[in-house]
Amino acid sequence: MIQKVSKHIVQNEPLLFEQSSPGKHGYQLPPLDVPPVDAEKALGRPNVRKEIEGFPEVSEFEVLRHFTRLSTWNYAIDLGLYPLGSCTMKYNPRVNELVARTEGLAWAHPYQPEGLSQGAMEVIAALEQALAKITGMDAVTLQPAAGAHGEFTGILMIRALLETRGSARKKILVPDSAHGTNPATAMAVGYKVENIKSNPRGMLDLAVLERAVNEDVAGLMITNPNTVGVFEENIKEICAILHDKGALVYMDGANMNALVGVARPGDFGIDVMHLNLHKTFSTPHGGGGPGAGAVAVAKVLTPFLPGPRLARANNEWKWNHDLPQSIGRVRAYYGNFGVLIRALAYVMAHGGNGLRQATLDALLNANYLRKLLEPYYEIAYKAPSMHECVFSDEWQAAKGIRTGDIAKRLIDYGFHPYTVSFPLIVRGALMIEPTETESKEELDLFADAMISIAKEVEQNPDLVRGAPHSTRTSRVDEVTAARKPVVRWKPRSSASQAAD
Amino acid sequence: MRYLPKSDTDRREMLAAIDLKSEEDLVSYLPPDVRIDKRLGIEDGKSEYEIVEYFKRLADRNASGYASFLGAGVYNHFRPVLVDAVVSRGEFLTSYTPYQAEISQGTLTSIFEFQTMVCQLTGMEVANASMYDGSSAVPEAAMMAVRITGRDKVLIARGVHPEYREVLRTCTQHQGMPVEGLAYAKDGRLDLDDLRHKLKEDVAAVIIQTPNFFGILEHVSELSHLVSAKGALLVVVFTEAVALGLIEPPKEADIVVGELQSFAISPSYGGPYAGIIATREKYIRQIPGRLVGETTDAEGKRAFCLTLATREQHIRREKATSNICTNQALLALMATVFMSIYGKEGLRELAEQNLAKAHYLAGKLPLKFDAPFFNEFVVRANGKSPDQINASLLDRKIVGGLALVRFYPELSDCILLCATEMSKREDMDAVAAAFIEQ
Repeated sequence: MIQKVSKHIVQNEPLLFEQSSPGKHGYQLPPLDVPPVDAEKALGRPNVRKEIEGFPEVSEFEVLRHFTRLSTWNYAIDLGLYPLGSCTMKYNPRVNELVARTEGLAWAHPYQPEGLSQGAMEVIAALEQALAKITGMDAVTLQPAAGAHGEFTGILMIRALLETRGSARKKILVPDSAHGTNPATAMAVGYKVENIKSNPRGMLDLAVLERAVNEDVAGLMITNPNTVGVFEENIKEICAILHDKGALVYMDGANMNALVGVARPGDFGIDVMHLNLHKTFSTPHGGGGPGAGAVAVAKVLTPFLPGPRLARANNEWKWNHDLPQSIGRVRAYYGNFGVLIRALAYVMAHGGNGLRQATLDALLNANYLRKLLEPYYEIAYKAPSMHECVFSDEWQAAKGIRTGDIAKRLIDYGFHPYTVSFPLIVRGALMIEPTETESKEELDLFADAMISIAKEVEQNPDLVRGAPHSTRTSRVDEVTAARKPVVRWKPRSSASQAAD
Repeated sequence: MRYLPKSDTDRREMLAAIDLKSEEDLVSYLPPDVRIDKRLGIEDGKSEYEIVEYFKRLADRNASGYASFLGAGVYNHFRPVLVDAVVSRGEFLTSYTPYQAEISQGTLTSIFEFQTMVCQLTGMEVANASMYDGSSAVPEAAMMAVRITGRDKVLIARGVHPEYREVLRTCTQHQGMPVEGLAYAKDGRLDLDDLRHKLKEDVAAVIIQTPNFFGILEHVSELSHLVSAKGALLVVVFTEAVALGLIEPPKEADIVVGELQSFAISPSYGGPYAGIIATREKYIRQIPGRLVGETTDAEGKRAFCLTLATREQHIRREKATSNICTNQALLALMATVFMSIYGKEGLRELAEQNLAKAHYLAGKLPLKFDAPFFNEFVVRANGKSPDQINASLLDRKIVGGLALVRFYPELSDCILLCATEMSKREDMDAVAAAFIEQ
């Protein structure tokens, strides 16, 4: 059998383990400049392993070629529009990658003397200050590793504050349109979750909220603009209702790309919020991480911020560990510093003027797409869209085609799908966020594709139902993957047993 | 505004298409008292050149050109050139979480390889697609043990990285999970008597680290018998992944938690790194975080996808196993490339070099503990203060070890030193001399 398959040079790349053979090397260490040590003598015989069974043995070039081939199986923002709603897939500037690798920053050890860490500490301080200005909040911590980690940090602080007032209270209110992380976070901090129903306009219902808020409520977790891309027009009243009963308001900043330079959460009454630096501030998603989840707080919560905190003394930055009311560390060291460098470089590149223009362009792009697509897909809510627009598959469902099918068909047109079936309050949601870094030309191409699919649904629904047709991998059987989980490679003999 | 691909003509045309007159109309429906129209007090945009210069200036204010003997959870290992060549590819760098399996096979396949290598390395049966870092993976493992055993108490050795222990405390404080510390014995290993004393029927997990924070190997199999006899789970943490090239993997553990920073992830002042959780197959549905599984596509070809998502928050919401919804895919990829390049023989040789270097340096110094150690060890300052020694080393452009008083007040005269394949003999001789010189 011919091993190299016809369609494309990278069609048949095996796993690295399957290319491995004993004696191949991809490394060379320098000669040892000290006497060698007998491991069994130094560590004790039972402490020394025989070998790493199954570990690959391949050459350097094979490694490079392997991962290069794998890379061609990925879609990426570098290849085209990536309109995942609430994910803010924008251009990841390459200068950010360069500066994050600057030797004195990339090789800084978290325990090196503070006197030799002033540059790194300055990065943290400068970004904290910029984010405080952007959010209108009083202080920022950059310790959390991701958005959900930031939520956790924020709710812990709310709990700590309420405890100083005598009672941590019992529950957190979460709108039914919220990201799934919100209720999961509230539980992790020991709160019960109460879901609040949205009104027919996709917004939080003031009357419902007012009934729900009482002395048992620690806080509300709200996303603004919310997950249907709509600004909560009563946000000030919402905050006042919570504050009147001694509760606090947490804002999920996943959608902050709609607000930078246009509105500041600190001005409309938010007590604590997180920012996803890997969304709004352009740091690359990298196939699922690393991110960073900065948390900004109002003055009342500053004593509870995780430590250590930066402090300035004698013209030098110091780490202050003496924080009696702090909730404690949420992770080791000072946060995802490499991500922070990139976010700061992004803020500097845009500047105050550019950040606002970026937001306006993001809003323009979303509304432009909405306008082009509205004749073909049912818009979920009539309220004006901000940075993303949400449609329902109602019209296509009549032909038996659901949002997931349309998404897969979009792949054939060379685009990554939008966010599928979220938010849950919209039946068969298509959640589209183009971001500001798409040109009019790219948006027009995307709209053409969406319109063409809408027509296919009418004329040839099977074409859509069977999509994608053009990819290296056709529709993947996720059900079997979950029913019989195979989460690691094994040599053929045992693998075939596992498959039986 | 070089990141915004629109001309003013484009903007005008698009505004006209949506029946708006000006950009300001895009936000005109926001309540006027929340709307701002200012530059946020942030300077105007800078050129690429200015940005590069700015960060170079800051980097110059950090330690640059110093030899370093700091370890303590973050290690100085050479990063093979191929690592950046791979992770700089836009297809890896600029893709999202691989929810759309058909166009994410690159990321999914590499994570499957990662999970496999982590299993091979740790002696476990299943591993997840990575966690934020080692420290935040510890409370996740503790909560996993609580779910599995139905008990609530957690014992953690003082030989576990102090900041990891702090994170555990922060994250479990409202979970109804009492956390208690376990002392270390005179030889630097876990005090078995203290463990026997505290290990009761209410203990869900015993968390140890090997090599521990002092660089010392714990007696994992002996511990595992004690722990399993009481029906608790043994959680083994590692911070120095290179050690696993040489030392026996913690096969008797129920859960292994680790930090892979040593595998081609630059120290970067503390992050981003990549943590892992690996465990036995029977606990697979209790693992937090993402998992990639093997399956087939419609044509029967091998394919990979995210799996067992019913554990996760976007499906389970408040009933999820964890609120985590990202992994550290790009850093896991760095580690995967690293493991691929070194491979079976290379990782062992690398570990042997670390062992040789550390033992060379340790041989010249008064050690605090006498149990076997890998590439880190605790040294007594010999009548001087750790700060004095470190200060004198700084004059020679050497960053010394970690003064342990910061985390262990009782070890106020002790320094934790680390030597790796990057440590040069002449610098090690200089470190040894600093302890002796008057």
